[in-house]
Parts: sequence; C-alpha cells; structure tokens
Amino acid sequence: MSTTTENPTRTTTRTVVVVGHGMVGHRFVEALRSRDTESTWKVTVLSQEAEAAYDRVGLSSYVGAWDRASLALAGNTYAGDDLVDLRLGTRAEHVDREARTVTTSAGDVIAYDELVLATGSHPFVPPVPGHDSTGCFVYRTLDDLDGIRVAAESAIERAAAAGREANGLVVGGGLLGLEAANALRLLGLTPHVVEFAPRLMPLQVDDGGGAVLEGLISHLGVQVHTGAGTSSIAVQEDGRLAVELSDGTALLTDLVVFSAGVRPSDAVARAAGLDVGERGGVLTDAACRTSDENVWAVGEVAAVEGRCYGLVAPGYTMAEVVADRLLGGEASFPGADLSTKLKLLGVDVASFGDAMATTPGALEIVHTDATKGTYAKVVVSDDAKTLLGGILVGDASAYTTLKAYVGREVPGDPGALVSPAGAELGADSLPDDAVICSCNNVTKASICGAIAEGACDLAAIKGCTNAGTTCGGCLPTVKKLLVDSGVELSKALCEHFEQSRAELFEIVASTGIRTFSGLLARYGTGTGCEICKPTVASILASTSSDHVLDGEQAALQDSNDHFLANIQKNGTYSVVPRMPGGEVTAEQLITIGRVAQDFGLYVKVTGGQRIDLFGARVEQLPAIWRRLVDVGMESGQAYGKSLRTVKSCVGSSWCRYGVQDSVGMAVDLEHRYRGLRSPHKIKFGVSGCARECAEARGKDVGVIATDRGWNLYVCGNGGQTPAHARLLASDLDDETLVRYIDRFLMFYVRTADRLQRTAPWLDALEGGLEHLKAVVCEDSLGIADDLEGAMGRHVEGYRDEWKAVLDDPEKLSRFVSFVNAPDEADPMVAFDESGPRKVPVLLGLPTVRENA
Amino acid sequence: MTTLTTPPQVLPAEVAPTAGRNVVRPGILPSPGARQWVSACPVTALVPGRGVAVLLPGGAQAALFLLPNGMIYAVDNLDPYARAAVLSRGLTGDRSGEPTVASPLLKQVFSLRTGAALDDPEVALPTYAVRVQHGTVRVGLPLP
Repeated sequence: MSTTTENPTRTTTRTVVVVGHGMVGHRFVEALRSRDTESTWKVTVLSQEAEAAYDRVGLSSYVGAWDRASLALAGNTYAGDDLVDLRLGTRAEHVDREARTVTTSAGDVIAYDELVLATGSHPFVPPVPGHDSTGCFVYRTLDDLDGIRVAAESAIERAAAAGREANGLVVGGGLLGLEAANALRLLGLTPHVVEFAPRLMPLQVDDGGGAVLEGLISHLGVQVHTGAGTSSIAVQEDGRLAVELSDGTALLTDLVVFSAGVRPSDAVARAAGLDVGERGGVLTDAACRTSDENVWAVGEVAAVEGRCYGLVAPGYTMAEVVADRLLGGEASFPGADLSTKLKLLGVDVASFGDAMATTPGALEIVHTDATKGTYAKVVVSDDAKTLLGGILVGDASAYTTLKAYVGREVPGDPGALVSPAGAELGADSLPDDAVICSCNNVTKASICGAIAEGACDLAAIKGCTNAGTTCGGCLPTVKKLLVDSGVELSKALCEHFEQSRAELFEIVASTGIRTFSGLLARYGTGTGCEICKPTVASILASTSSDHVLDGEQAALQDSNDHFLANIQKNGTYSVVPRMPGGEVTAEQLITIGRVAQDFGLYVKVTGGQRIDLFGARVEQLPAIWRRLVDVGMESGQAYGKSLRTVKSCVGSSWCRYGVQDSVGMAVDLEHRYRGLRSPHKIKFGVSGCARECAEARGKDVGVIATDRGWNLYVCGNGGQTPAHARLLASDLDDETLVRYIDRFLMFYVRTADRLQRTAPWLDALEGGLEHLKAVVCEDSLGIADDLEGAMGRHVEGYRDEWKAVLDDPEKLSRFVSFVNAPDEADPMVAFDESGPRKVPVLLGLPTVRENA
Repeated sequence: MTTLTTPPQVLPAEVAPTAGRNVVRPGILPSPGARQWVSACPVTALVPGRGVAVLLPGGAQAALFLLPNGMIYAVDNLDPYARAAVLSRGLTGDRSGEPTVASPLLKQVFSLRTGAALDDPEVALPTYAVRVQHGTVRVGLPLP
C-alpha cells in the first residue's frame, strides 16, 4: 500500500456520445447514470427515430390502441437529469475518430471522450424484383406500423367494395415474421407467411416442432408457405400486388411485409473505418470495445467476439458491461443464453439449451400429440443422464422446470419428461440453486425460503422475491412449489365461513337468502366477525337496492358504512359529497364553504377531484348532509367499498386537443355506477384524448378517447402496488362501452375475493386478460345478459344513502354522540388550530406502548 | 382460481330465523360491593349486534353492546391503541365462541366478556357491570 496521497477525484466531466436510442441504448444510459454517483460523465444521445426509446419487443401490442405512450420505456426522456442530452430525430452522419467528434444530421459537431454505438439493426429486404413497390413494408418501428395501418385500412375498404377479403403477405416465417403476421391479423387482414426454410421459426424449432407449429397457426387462419422464396412482386391495376413464389405459387395480396431477418446498422462504423465482422456488425472484444479503444458497440449492431445477438437480453448485458467499463470496472460479456419462450399468435413456443442436438452423441426424445397439437422434445447426453436442451410447441408449461435442469442430471427416466403419461418432473425435485424465475434471477432456494418464512400465497411470494413479476411464465412452477410445501391454500373467508367470497356470492344469488343470520345459520358457524359481516353486507348490497342501514344489515356495516362517512384517527368523520367527473356548481361550492365554516371543518381537495370535509362529530353528520342535499348534492360513497370517483379531464368541449366529451362520459358513468357495492373500492378515469390527463390507465376502469370512439382499459390502480390498466377493447361507441363496463364490473363483483382489487383479481383469473376479453367482449360464458341485467337493476334501484337517512327518523336516531346524552359533544374530541392547519389532538392516555 | 363457481349444494330458499330476543341478560355481573348505576337507554333502543356510547359521570365513556343472542356487555369506549373514544362503533362477533368487538380504527379485537385484547396479552379494556331494570339498561360504576 502506498502511503502517498493519490488524487482520486476527476476534476473534469467527460462526455460519452451514444448513437442510437433503442432499448439497449436506453439501458446503457440508465445503467451509466444510476452508477455514476459522482457525475463524472455527461451523456449525449442521438435518436434517429422521433420517438424516445420504446418497447420494440412488444411492437405488435401497438396495434389496436395505437397509443405510442403505452410502449414508452420507463424514464426514456431523462426528465430532470441535466447530464443527459437526448436529441430526438437526429442521426449521426459522420464519426471523426482522429478528432473524436460526431457530426449529426442537424449539422452539429459533438466532441466525445468515449463513443457508444447502439445503432441496432435494420430489416433485410431481399432484392426481389418489385421489392420497393407501393404496398411493400418492413416491420421494425412504430412509424412502420403506422404505414402498415394506413395501407391495411384502405385495403379493407377496397376489398369490401370488391366483395372479397383483404389479405397481406409476410416474407419470413421466423419469430418477427410471425409477430408481423399477428399484427396483420389484428388489423383485419388474412395473413400469408412465406418462409424459405422448410419450416417456421427455423432458428428455434426443428422439423417436428415446425410441423406442429404450422398446423396450429394454419388453424388460426394464417396461410403458411414453407420451403418457398419470393421471386417477384408486381403492382396490379387495382393496386394489389401479384407475388410469385419460387415454387410456382402465384398470390394476389393487398400488402407485403418483409420480415426476413435483420442486418446490423453498421454503416457509420464502416465509414469511420472500424473493423466489422464477416457478416456485418461492429467487431468488439468481450468488453464490447471496438478496434478503436474509445469506441464501444452494444446491442444488435455489436459483433461481440465475432457474434451478433438478435435478442434484447444479451443487448442489455452488453449495455451494463460498457457502463461498468466507463466507470473503471472490469466487466466482460459472458455470452448469452438464447433460450426463448414466447406466445406467437397465441401459440406457445419454447426452445432452450442445445435445442438442435448439436452436442456430439446427443440423444433426442420426442413426444408429439397431433390431436392436442403439442410437440415436446428433450435432448440428453449420450448416457441419457444429463439434460442438454429441448423444444416445446403448443404447450410450454414445462419450460421453466426443464430449463432449470439444463446441464444437470435428470432424476429417473428422461423420457418421462416429455411423456404425458410419465411422471411429471416435480418442482420439488429441482436442485436448490435452480433458477425458477429467469427474468429476475430468483432461485428455488429463495422461493422456498420465502414460503418457510410465512409467504403463503402467490402474491406474498411475488412481493418478497420478485419471482413472476415480469413475464409471469414461472408462476405455475412457483404455485407448484407452494402446494408441494404443504401450505394449505385455504379459501375460507374467516373462522365463521369456510366458503370464499365468490362462493358466498353465488349462494346468496341462488338461494335468495337476504339476511346474515340466515346465511350463518345455514352455511356458517358462530356469530360472525369483523371480516365476514362487512363482506356479507357488501354481497347483500351488490345484489339488491336495499339501504345499507335497513334492518339487520345495519349491524353488519363497518363503522364507515354504518355512519356513511369516513372515520378519522380521533373518531370524528370526514364528509365527501359526490362531484361526478369533478364537476361542481358555484352554488354547491359556496354551500360547501359555508358548511365548513359553520361546523369548523378542515377542507382538503382529494386526489379524486372532489372535496373532503374533516372533523365532523357523529351527531353533526345529519345536519351537514341536510345542507348539502338541499343544494342537490349527495353521498360520494367515499366510505364504501364501492365506486369512488370517475376522474376526468375537461375534454373536447373546452380543450383544443380533446377528441371526445370526456366530462360528459365521466358524469354519465359516475351516475350509472354510483353506489355499486363491490369487493373493494373502484376508481374510474376518462381522458378526452391520448394525452391521458385523467390518468385513466391508473384506474380500475380507464376510458381513453380515440378519434373513433373510446378505448377501454381495465384493472389498473395506484396505491401500494401500482398497476397499469390493460386494454380490453378499442374504438368502442358509447353504448358498447357502457355494455362492456357493465359486464366487467359485475363479473368482478361476483368473482373477486374480499378486498381484492381488480388488478390482483385479473392476475389470479385463470386465463388472464384473454379470458376476461372472451367473457366481456365475446360472452364466452353465456352470462352477459345476466350481468347486464344485474347492473340494470342496480342502476334502477339507486337512491342517495344520505337522503334516505334524513327521511327516516328511526335511522336518524342512531346519529347521536351518547345514547344517554344525545347532543353532548364527545369530550375526547379536540383540535389544535394554532398551526397552519387544523389537526386532531388525541386526549386518550397512551395505555399501549408506542411500538404496538 | 377465480372464475364463476358452481354453488355448493344449494338448498331451497328458507325463512331466516328471526332474531328472537325475548330475554336480555347482562354479560358482566357486578362484583360484590356498592356501586353507582347510570341509566343508559331503554333496552329496545339497542340494535342487536351493534353498540352505543354511554356518557358516565366524570367524563368517562362506556361502549354498550346488545348481541343477537340477548347478552348485553359494557366495556370502556376508549380504544387504548388509537386513544380515541370509538369502540362503541366497532363490529361485534365472536372468536372461537368468545364474544368480541373490533376497533373501527385499526381493527384490534377485544373480548366483550373480559375486555382483554385477544392478540395482545398485555392490553385490556376496563369492563363495566350491566343490569336491566324495568326495561332500562344501567351501567354500574364502583363508588369512588
């Protein structure tokens, strides 16, 4: 060790220029900025596309919603970070390695200390005659999809006029080609896929798997032409394209999408004289450093030790490696696992390890079931002991378990791994260090550890290990571990009912039992508790329009529902009148102010576009309601597990950007669903255009205007575990929108668990979003009429709960402070008004230790 | 799995048993010794399953409950965790047969019979003796 003092601080900030703002370029900037705690690097990012980094892997999900923002990667604009300069719509034209400068398409010359090339790749368009005709597209960017959309829409019109179906042809039957075919299908075209290799997805599956895949995809209406190239394309007089295939087939198609592989976008690097690989790509060493020590390459443009990678995960690894190197680290690219599992057009395909059995002596065991449309192959070592890889088509549920065994000895007969009759490979037999969740690198040991420490359901395991929070593919395996551990997944509501909430709902609906005591006598034990009483009260309220304080129901309601207000920490209540869609009249606003003044209430505007009045004592509630009801206001049910608010932006009536009347829709929706009792609170948002000012995608039901109607998103929430709402249906007219929401809400109300919001409900719903879409949009269970009828009865029977109390002397008599001194204020209630705002003061002595 | 379930063995609709409460009985009897009895309300003013607050001399408060089985209990109204007088507004029920009330604020559960916090052996509510005379419920306090 040296005794002299070194100067560890770098006095100047250095500049790194990043060329390309795709997924990997963005990852590099994020990695560098999050680790560069001393701000030693300034970053300039050049993005050829006008859009900041977005999820290109999920490109086909752009179809339908056409919402660019929904694909944006988190943090992609580096808002608030002064050290990152993102230049959108700006290409790098020229790199001068001598002077260490980059000249941009805007004419700027930027000096760099280090240069990172993340230019990605571009689609390969085979040089067939006519490949550049109008109607020919590639599939890589959002702009490409916009172009395909316009062409598809006019093709559909043209086809309808001619009385035929519109179709599209995809050149290339690999992973991206099938994605493109799916996009065409979503656009309403009949897709044809042409693949030069003798099978689909030639890089991932073998001939057997390819045959099964072809069968499954053909069944979905996709016309597959394998073993054929495209010979020529010619524009017809009617605008269609005549395509001739190498096998002599002639096709007439409305548009052509080239998806026959990609080529590294290395033109700038070549011009700068950097070494490139034999098949393109900027050559780098394992540190991702190019032939110039100040220039690096990451992602699809990099040929790391001569090899290019077309997947995003290896690209992310390279980004991390370079970020580490720039900060003085020694990281290097360890190679990549090219295992993949994906759902293409709804068909599971997985390929892992040595899928093509290239290891010398490798043995293959195959099981094909033509009736089910499944193909499973495992590759084992020559002694049939070690699993080397495999391919699954049609059913990839075994993927996580099998992948965890790659390179390990398989217990028992390896043939049993793919034989449905054979013993299933139990998750319990996996070694402890086997990775169960590859997305978040969670091992079996950590999952079992979480279970041992008391995580007793999937949500708890997700919460403490992160397993299954990204793609969710490992959840069946996690569930199996949970079941194997002997944890009883009890669905009992509480000690008084062994049924789940959904089961109790069905019992109430089908038996007509309308009292808690009746339900308890027939289906439960004991006298009930604070869990089952409000749950049953909610079910009874969801299935009728009786007042929540009618008869025996009054005794079931939690304090908030019992007093139709929200209890606060000192036992006083807050009062929230409904303001549908955030609308309020001046007269109402004045009354609210006067009420607050007269009763000394603290006023706060809520997050749901309404006003909360705090500090009302029980005996003051009716007098406050009376004043509010008299100016046409009503209960906002802020206290209930029920519809809370429908938040809206001002919409097309005032906003220059608005395309639909979002306030009008929000008011209508709030009026329709107000008072609906549900398993948990429900929030809505309605935005008048794609700018989404109402934050509808953070709501249980989000409605976003399009120029053709409304997009309906469901199952989002803010709070502790935020979730983005998912697209259920697009471009709906008003009537269909309401019909779908009716069905969705009632389906949720009937089947969810107690206190389960819509997002975790959807997570637990078998079949997930696809199942929900089928139930709501296609009525796959045949219950739509029933659900709509139930909602119709709710809407019909709605009454304001406050007014009903004011009109009923018996109910009104319960709103007293003391049964023996009805008007005496609770002496334990006190406030401190000396500070900037009124706050409650607790007078009760602390009889319980502070940490209790 | 969360999908529509087939209802388990649905029996025909039935008439709910009426909450018969011909007899009400104090759940906590007075300990020996003289005490002061405070009139709370007519027994008919109580809603089975719910509580009311009773103002006691000296500013203390009792939470008085009538359970559906006819038992009447009184415990202190002050929630020792939240330090607010709210227990009369809690939900009643039972835990393995022990009659309970749950705080409406943070849901701690107390025995109505003994006042003990069922998940916290160190915490208990004061309890009060109850008596019903000529249809009026009275709460008993030890004489000062």
